[in-house]
Amino acid sequence: MEFYDWLLFVHVAFAFALVAALVVFWAVAVAARNVDGPAESLRYFRIARPANVLVMLGTVGTLVVGIWLAIDSGAYRVWDGWVIAAIVLWAVAGGTGQRGGQSYAKAQKLAERLVGEGRAEEPSPELRARLQDRRAMWLNIVSSAAVLAILVDMIYKPGA
Amino acid sequence: MNIVAAIRPDDWNAPLLVHVFGAMILVGGLVTAATALLLGWRRDSPWYSRFGFRALLLIALPAWFVMRIGAQWIYSKENFDAGDEPGWLGVGYLTADLGGLLLLVAIVVTGIGVRRLRRPDAGTSVLARIGGVLATVLLLAYTVAVWAMTAKPD
Repeated sequence: MEFYDWLLFVHVAFAFALVAALVVFWAVAVAARNVDGPAESLRYFRIARPANVLVMLGTVGTLVVGIWLAIDSGAYRVWDGWVIAAIVLWAVAGGTGQRGGQSYAKAQKLAERLVGEGRAEEPSPELRARLQDRRAMWLNIVSSAAVLAILVDMIYKPGA
Repeated sequence: MNIVAAIRPDDWNAPLLVHVFGAMILVGGLVTAATALLLGWRRDSPWYSRFGFRALLLIALPAWFVMRIGAQWIYSKENFDAGDEPGWLGVGYLTADLGGLLLLVAIVVTGIGVRRLRRPDAGTSVLARIGGVLATVLLLAYTVAVWAMTAKPD
């Protein structure tokens, strides 16, 4: 096995980590959509905790190792159209994903505050509204669509 | 690098996309399930076990089929010589098929565990814990599969 093969494995492993994190976020976002109890919402946020690490590792890792791969490769260049398209899509996915996640981070803080105040089982319309935030949902849809487009771009390599 | 591997025929792209997409969702489903089932070891076992079971059944299982159908589709295009197939392909088949069987066992075991946790006197379920361990083992196995599929060792 050559160094390039190891790099490719690490790159793909980071991509798997990124998509796995998105799957966890979607599973949690869909399941918690009608939740208004602070204690129950915190259970969902606990499930999403490892995914917060995976999404950061996957986002940074895919870009860094991806560029390294393009530099190391004899067949591709960093300025190839499909590589640049992937970098642009990566920026879109990262930007929208981060903004979409902010609403859930605020919901988590609200739930933690309510639990801290002894209102763990008391329904909170504000918490429910945050978990149903349509803007956050759309930002996450755009982010996931951009990640899917990167996968299509990586496999089809248009112009390569 | 292996230039031949980098430049593959265009008609392999669609099956490869289906295969990789299914594998990625499968890993995501397993991460979701393993996290929930392992969290259930320490607290709120019925709730976390139910969530983990649903992740296995509604995310990981359908994704396994997508991954496996994509694998067979691309295999049909690659025209390997019978008896002279590369080692990485064997690793792929082993982890996919044995992994599928383990996934089924994990779903059944966790499902029974979740059912038992419905009893008012139930605290934790050994079966749901076994489901969590199986989901974690599957994740490790599929990491090896990703290595075999990408690095393609001889």
